[in-house]
Amino acid sequence: MTVRLQTEGRVSEGTLLEIADVKTHFRTERGLVRAVDGVTFSLERGKALGIVGESGSGKTVLSRTIMGLLPSTAVLSGSVRFAGQEILGLDARQMRHLWGSEMSMVFQNPMVSLNPLMKIGKQIIEPLQIHLGMDKTNAVATAERLLRDVRIPEPEKRLGQFPHELSGGMRQRVMIAIALACGPTLLFADEPTTALDVTVQAQILELIGEQRKDRNMSVILVTHDLGVVAGHTDEIAVMYGGRLVEKAPTRELFANMKMPYTKSLMRSIPKLEDPSHTRLLTIPGRPPDLVNPPKGCRFAPRCAYAREKCVQHEPPLIVSDTSSEHFYACWYPVGSPEFEERDVEIMTNVGVGGSA
Amino acid sequence: MAGTGTAHLRDGDVVLRVDDLVVEFPMGRHATVSAVAGVSFDVLRGETLGIVGESGCGKSTTGRAIMQITAPTSGTVSFEGTDLTSLSYSDLREARTKIQMIFQDPISSLNPRRKVRDSVKDPLDIWQRGSEAQRIELVNSILEQVGIDPERAAESRPHQFSGGQCQRISIARALVLDPTLIICDEPVSALDVSVQAQVLNLLEDLKQQYGLTLIFIAHDLAVVKNISDRVAVMYLGKLCEVASSDDLYGRPAHPYTNVLVESIPIPDPELAVAGTTITGEPPSPVNPPSGCRFHPRCPYADDICSRTEPTMRSIGDGHFVACHHPLVTPVSIA
Repeated sequence: MTVRLQTEGRVSEGTLLEIADVKTHFRTERGLVRAVDGVTFSLERGKALGIVGESGSGKTVLSRTIMGLLPSTAVLSGSVRFAGQEILGLDARQMRHLWGSEMSMVFQNPMVSLNPLMKIGKQIIEPLQIHLGMDKTNAVATAERLLRDVRIPEPEKRLGQFPHELSGGMRQRVMIAIALACGPTLLFADEPTTALDVTVQAQILELIGEQRKDRNMSVILVTHDLGVVAGHTDEIAVMYGGRLVEKAPTRELFANMKMPYTKSLMRSIPKLEDPSHTRLLTIPGRPPDLVNPPKGCRFAPRCAYAREKCVQHEPPLIVSDTSSEHFYACWYPVGSPEFEERDVEIMTNVGVGGSA
Repeated sequence: MAGTGTAHLRDGDVVLRVDDLVVEFPMGRHATVSAVAGVSFDVLRGETLGIVGESGCGKSTTGRAIMQITAPTSGTVSFEGTDLTSLSYSDLREARTKIQMIFQDPISSLNPRRKVRDSVKDPLDIWQRGSEAQRIELVNSILEQVGIDPERAAESRPHQFSGGQCQRISIARALVLDPTLIICDEPVSALDVSVQAQVLNLLEDLKQQYGLTLIFIAHDLAVVKNISDRVAVMYLGKLCEVASSDDLYGRPAHPYTNVLVESIPIPDPELAVAGTTITGEPPSPVNPPSGCRFHPRCPYADDICSRTEPTMRSIGDGHFVACHHPLVTPVSIA
């Protein structure tokens, strides 16, 4: 099967990525870990999607599933269509045609992701020669231009340096330059700024945003930080326990959160505008064991708003009354009488309840 | 910023006073890394001092130098009137029972081969406090207070707990000797926001209950603001600004503090437009810039900033800034 996509066959607008009922399970000694358990969404060309969740929510496994970067022990099902073509389950040899030139990834830790023994230049030039068949002179010139694009000062000099000679922020810029080298249509950024300082984080997020606009590229930003996705995405998907629990355009989501989980995550973030020593609302307990997920709503055991029905029956993903593009999976969403009744109690008890 | 001076030091019931602390590390034959370069601050009893700054600003080194884990190159660290830098090893060990530390990575700060309750009990065994039965009783009650089941802790090793639980266990270990001061070095940075909130609330509760004084070192300004009474901002080994936490965020006076505040991603798309961002990254502490160490990145810098190091000046209400061109006008004090 050939998966080489011709440039003219590329999607310049409309749906770029469509995933349906994707399941990624791992066989372990303890049993089957349902890391991603039935996730469906699509992404338009040029749009940025944020995937948000706590550790263990499945957000990283999902992005690696789409990229085809999982070990062979993963048991996959469902469908991942990229530019109209089914790519789920393709092996590395077949995926290689897509990596770099169609989709690429920026990882969390730039020190580990770069080869410490190879000069920066070679790490950028190599994919250009292999994927795009450039000759050396051309590739070097392109590499310099890429480093300039990602705002690295003195790019000619940097090409001859090793990763350890660069700061963390500079290394992350190099990672982005490598990811952009072959002009991908889809860029995955998995916690790209978690290892960086706030001032540098702001610069890197802006850089990714600019490159997305310049290149009409789609971006999937995977993070645990609702602050990061708020300013840098068009849509947000919230994951919990391997499931998609809420998805909406960014502004709609923040304006009309439906899932108590999303709302609780929001409330557990310390906010600068609050006076110091403001009591934080917490989510007790921890994410579910994905070998034996709870039978009803997976968030129910930690949810302050859960009722009997939540424990017994898993809620389906339904459309919100606030927007046809807003979906959530909850029996008693934010705004429902059941939620509000309980919320009044919780808010008056702040400072008493809390940690678990 | 990046200044010196002691105008911000206070009288009163001072638990810890750090005076002109300098920590340098040798690097190669001729170079030294100037990690902490003349920092002074104090902490009153019952207060939480937040120390905030980017990586490499010297905030962790400062915390370690207080404990004398890293020996200061010069300066004094006065804890309840005793200068820790001048103590003999055995006196220092004794003094350290009153100062405890909690670290960033909760899993690696516990011995993986030992049952966690034994790790928590260790300080009591070392100092021979009470009988074995009393020790176990104390450890059990503290574990319960931090939300860890003592029975499970007696049976399990660190890898059987989550990161948040391990951090609770580290907190319990820091508490068993009934310390006066706890230095928390990025205690919640490795945790999910939901768990981070649990641990922050727990620290607030324990602080009240045990009458603790805290130093809370972190890079996350919102977290620091939440837990601190007073905040010190560091940049490249120097203090920029010290103020009560509400005042610091309400009217940041140092251009660097302002940049830090503006760089925080706000979880609200309506407000999430980029504010003042700066280019570049902190320079190397091997060859720190002359004058104010922040001047190469500062939008307000002029000649004087590259020549003369600013010293701490008051801008009122216990708010101090080390800057030649502060964003809030300094008051002249007699």
